[in-house]
Amino acid sequence: MTTMQPAKPHDLLPVGNRNAGSREKVTAARIRRPFRGTRWTGWLFALPALAFYGVFSFRPVLMSIQYSFYDWDGVGASTWVGLDNYVEVFTDPEQISSLAHAFYLILFFTVLPVGLALLTASVLRDLRGRFTGAVARTLLFLPQIIPGAAAGVAWTWMYSDNGVVNQVLRAVGLGSLARSWLADFSWSLTAVGFIGTWLSTGLCTMLLLAGIGRIDGSLYEAARIDGAGPLRQFRAVTLPGLRNEIGVCVTITIIAALASFDVVYLSTQGGPGTQTMVPGVAVYNLAFNDSRLGAASALAVVLSLIVIAVIAPLQRLFREK
Amino acid sequence: MPAQTMSRRAPGVILIAGAALYSVVPLLSMVSAALSPQGTFPSGLSWPTDPQWHNFVDAWNVANITTLLRSSTLIVLGVVPAAVLISTMAAYAIVILKIPLGRVFYTVLVLTLTLPYEIVIVPLYEQNKEMGLLGSQWSLILPLIGLNMPFAIFWMRAHFANVPRELTEAAGIDGAGSWRALVHIHLPLARPAIASLCLLMFLSTWNQFLLALVLIDDPEQRTMAGALQAFTTKYSTDQVLLNAGALLIMTPTIIVFLFLQRHFVKALLQGAVKG
Repeated sequence: MTTMQPAKPHDLLPVGNRNAGSREKVTAARIRRPFRGTRWTGWLFALPALAFYGVFSFRPVLMSIQYSFYDWDGVGASTWVGLDNYVEVFTDPEQISSLAHAFYLILFFTVLPVGLALLTASVLRDLRGRFTGAVARTLLFLPQIIPGAAAGVAWTWMYSDNGVVNQVLRAVGLGSLARSWLADFSWSLTAVGFIGTWLSTGLCTMLLLAGIGRIDGSLYEAARIDGAGPLRQFRAVTLPGLRNEIGVCVTITIIAALASFDVVYLSTQGGPGTQTMVPGVAVYNLAFNDSRLGAASALAVVLSLIVIAVIAPLQRLFREK
Repeated sequence: MPAQTMSRRAPGVILIAGAALYSVVPLLSMVSAALSPQGTFPSGLSWPTDPQWHNFVDAWNVANITTLLRSSTLIVLGVVPAAVLISTMAAYAIVILKIPLGRVFYTVLVLTLTLPYEIVIVPLYEQNKEMGLLGSQWSLILPLIGLNMPFAIFWMRAHFANVPRELTEAAGIDGAGSWRALVHIHLPLARPAIASLCLLMFLSTWNQFLLALVLIDDPEQRTMAGALQAFTTKYSTDQVLLNAGALLIMTPTIIVFLFLQRHFVKALLQGAVKG
């Protein structure tokens, strides 16, 4: 076996244990378990993973939930405040708006990239495997490789007074629109959003391109014989065939949008005012600038619940029929 | 190429050219700024008449790239081999050895797979403080190993689940113990899965920002991405050095990517769940 067996896209994310059990249960009953006598000693293999996961991942999640019910500055005594921190998440205008911003960013991190990628991938179906394709693949993928923080620096420069965005606007005679985009109260969040578009479009394009490559060519032929034009072919063959891949794109990029930190932190720090404040940056500020560990934890817990609440139904929606 | 094919291909070529251009313009504009004379205000995307290559040397020195490279490398070497090793062992125990309660363990792992890092930063900070790790690279290495477990075990489980059962049975019949079966039969087969996992983890560790920022005060002990924050604060007004420094900081990943491009794309397509 030269190619690895990848996680199938629809397997990429949780949602229970999806029919994993059935096959193995049957075989366990029928065939003798290998390595008899190693049942419990087999845990020796899993123990290091369990220890690291327990101490540095699972326990912190539980601690976060615990902190969220306290008022605590990290140094002095902590006071039980019940749901006060949660009430604050949903009443403090700054925290509410940070959550609203996160949802707005989905438009730029997810909707736009998936749309663009669908367009690119379906037009490019014929170009697969060619030299231009190979070069383009490398270039398109670059944004995915660099640290998000570095993307923040790159785009801060693109958006600055004498950056490329304004340069292009002036070159095409729209100089009157030029501005300091990231400092502009009405445009900053959208400007940050487009950084997200830049970051995720490449990954989505590659994923969808790979998916299109797996669609049976005879389906297109049959559609053509039935007289379907490119648009009909797209709707009848491409879209259904890419169901799983679209699901993976949407899932990955929505998580990136909701939990964004590095891009926003390095480009705007949430400003101007709180125009680009996102939950990630707000959690960081609450914890490490305001020393309000309980409030930070409550916001982090809410953010996590939102991620799960948004992702879980999507998994169902995009699951293979 | 027949004219008809040409005209059919043209929109595609134009589209892909546009998309590729869009991908690289921000990087090119950094290069053009980085090559402008220091102390000037560079403008947009323009090839400087007298490119100041020396800016990169200066940026290398002021951003302490040598130290950062060493620190990032240390962190990656601390995280990736350990995380890959212990996650492979765990997945092997769960799938092949079918350890009791293994399924419960796996379910818990998968349930935490999509949780954002924001939910662990405060407790990790406190926990590292108690353990006296705060500020050293260990404070990043140990948590990253733990935080990588859900995805890594998920990844390796997918591999082991596809290994033919007969192979394991044959090993058992031949009298191989569970350790020997892992080392001599399963590891060689798992090599492609392990290689992809290594690449993904290298990328996410090297580019780690939030945790590096929180857990390590001294920027020079962080990952390169994490150190970028201190550098931008220091040189926020100096576009030339700032861009030169940021470019240097992203160069190592780009170089590794260019060399292993095919594998990177494959690995990322197969499973970039967590950034």
